[in-house]
Amino acid sequence: MTMMSGAQMVVRTLEDLGVDHLFGYPGGAVLDIYDALLESTKIKHILGRHEQGVAHAADGYARSTGKVGVCLVTSGPGATNTVTAIATAYMDSIPMVILTGQVGTPLIGSDAFQEVDTVGITRPIVKHSYLCQCALDIPKYIRQAFYLASSGRPGPVVVDIPKDCVRPSLRFEYPEQEGPVRLRSYNPTKQGHRGQVKRAAKLLADSLRPIMLVGGGAQLSGAIDEVRAIAHRFNLPVTSTLMGLGVYPSTDKQFLGMLGMHGTYEANNAMDKADVVFAVGCRFDDRVTNNLSKFCPAAKIIHIDIDPASISKTVTADIPIVGDAKTVLNQFIEAFDEFDLHENEALKTWWAEIAKWRHIDCLNYAKNDTLIQPQEIIEAVYKATNGKAIIATDVGQHQMFTALYYKFDEPRKLLTSGGLGTMGYGFPAAIGAAVGNPDSTVCLFTGDGSFQMNIQELSTCLEYDLPIKIFILDNSTLGMVRQWQRMFYKGHISSTNLNYNPDFVALAKAYGHEGIKVTSPKDLDGAIEKALAMKDKLVIVDIACNTDAKVLPMQQGGGSMSDMFLSED
Amino acid sequence: MRQIISILLENEVGALSRVVGLFSQRGYNIENITAAPTEDKTLSRITILTEGDGSVVERITKQLHKLVNVIKVSSQQDDSVGIVEREILFVKVQAVGHTQREEIKTLCDIFKAQIVDITPELYILQFVDTSFEVDRFLKAVAEQAEVIETVRSGVCGIFRGEHSLHS
Repeated sequence: MTMMSGAQMVVRTLEDLGVDHLFGYPGGAVLDIYDALLESTKIKHILGRHEQGVAHAADGYARSTGKVGVCLVTSGPGATNTVTAIATAYMDSIPMVILTGQVGTPLIGSDAFQEVDTVGITRPIVKHSYLCQCALDIPKYIRQAFYLASSGRPGPVVVDIPKDCVRPSLRFEYPEQEGPVRLRSYNPTKQGHRGQVKRAAKLLADSLRPIMLVGGGAQLSGAIDEVRAIAHRFNLPVTSTLMGLGVYPSTDKQFLGMLGMHGTYEANNAMDKADVVFAVGCRFDDRVTNNLSKFCPAAKIIHIDIDPASISKTVTADIPIVGDAKTVLNQFIEAFDEFDLHENEALKTWWAEIAKWRHIDCLNYAKNDTLIQPQEIIEAVYKATNGKAIIATDVGQHQMFTALYYKFDEPRKLLTSGGLGTMGYGFPAAIGAAVGNPDSTVCLFTGDGSFQMNIQELSTCLEYDLPIKIFILDNSTLGMVRQWQRMFYKGHISSTNLNYNPDFVALAKAYGHEGIKVTSPKDLDGAIEKALAMKDKLVIVDIACNTDAKVLPMQQGGGSMSDMFLSED
Repeated sequence: MRQIISILLENEVGALSRVVGLFSQRGYNIENITAAPTEDKTLSRITILTEGDGSVVERITKQLHKLVNVIKVSSQQDDSVGIVEREILFVKVQAVGHTQREEIKTLCDIFKAQIVDITPELYILQFVDTSFEVDRFLKAVAEQAEVIETVRSGVCGIFRGEHSLHS
């Protein structure tokens, strides 16, 4: 029988759940927990410099390792500062547990100092949330939170812990965990419906213009081998959402590139002309589908998703299959044994058609001797890292350039805010990835706009020796917004110029890091090599690039998948 | 189309607010809502009346199912014979003088409504029936007497036959 305080239970429960890294920021309501944390030898605490950064770091840790990301912040502003990060994780279904301090239970509702209704504020952006009422709720709710965060469709779970629940003077018997967590109201479906799988397998086997569409669900469930096996077996063309990149190797000849608003010409055309879309763990977001009424007019849609609410939400599925992507794809592999596989020859005409779209070479762009193009930065880093780095991005043009020009061959290598589109996400996410993957090269592609949204975390990196390589695609503007202003707002440039940026190199040095400035295309490769060679240093490579570059290709709003702008004119 | 959604969920702090919040977040409409614990005190049952076609209701149902506290969700179009539904109405009316008091009393007899409170100048009438009948009764009352205030419970419904949320 172990007697302990609520604060000690927080620490012990996390230890029992195998947590080795906790991202956090202390404050009044969590003082007791921080005191108890000093006794832990198993949990390493990473002190961020802003709660938003703390929570994004937990997110980046979760995405890159597949484990649950955990963060601890204080009540009131500590909790509200995590809101953007929670929403980011929610939109991309990232398993995270957010522990928030709360004022003591007798003070709740009294507008006490640093009191905010955390559970209420976060309600629409969490998978679930708990407000502890006593010390013994703490282990129970944290265990349930981990289970909920990491099972079914993953997502963030908030556990709000009032200060009197963690009081050191009140000690209780620690309830050891007995068996797995069970909740009678929560039983996510893993296994797909057998009849549906059979029907879908037959449809796929008989199709002549099929395409496989891989999404974040395939990434999260780890359906890597399964996706690749099925694609190879049927010689399927494969496309991916932003969140699915890396599930299927981008350098493979069957890969058509990302689809959607800034997808490739071949991927979007293949979608438009397909007779069967085999969608694995994606939710047909509006950035993917363009105009729903013109979406894939000829296709039957097979839609696998663990969340029944994602099926037929936007695009009506002809064969819906609720289940875990990995499990369901294994069922497919079994089901295929019953079919005579059509020869790869059957798709010859389809591949010939695709070859014509590919021939357009939609990612081609013009380089010049004096001005660095953003695309070539991504390509140069891709080459210098052999495509093996973990890449975090912020949001904007550089994000799309990364998705299009860095060829991800492995899962969990791209950390990017897809659903919420959170500027300021990338740098702290890279911190989380660097903490969770000390042996990997972690790079950040960011913009001069995005980077300044969580720039304070440079200090965190110095404290924990996180040698992140930061490439600022510095065009002195909010590039993506400017692109829209130029294309759709008659060229009116409204509040998108960033003419008062700091000297990022000097800034890096002020924080105790290294910085390199690049302005000429001929210096680009050398600077990247030099940065990557500084293995134990964080390096900011500030690269002045073309302000007027546009992310192309681009779908025409209101059109079908294949209605696209391919070039500037 | 008028639809009735029945929800069985954990009787926990915040469970009701998650249900209500979902409707506003997703832009669904709540015409009315009733909620109370069941015979098993760990469970609550909510009945929601909403407007929408079949596909909207299917979407709502799926989203409700996704809430971790929700155990079961079932929906029924109100024009089907599959559900027994009732609503309770209290209406406070001016009832002054013998003639008016008699007229209101007669009206209550016709509708099988009850007078549950009296003062020298007021009656409180209680009426239990479907929402449609409640509307009709209220209209009839208003034609007879001055209505001071009304309160309606919202719909409470249960499926006919073997169909049960508790199984």
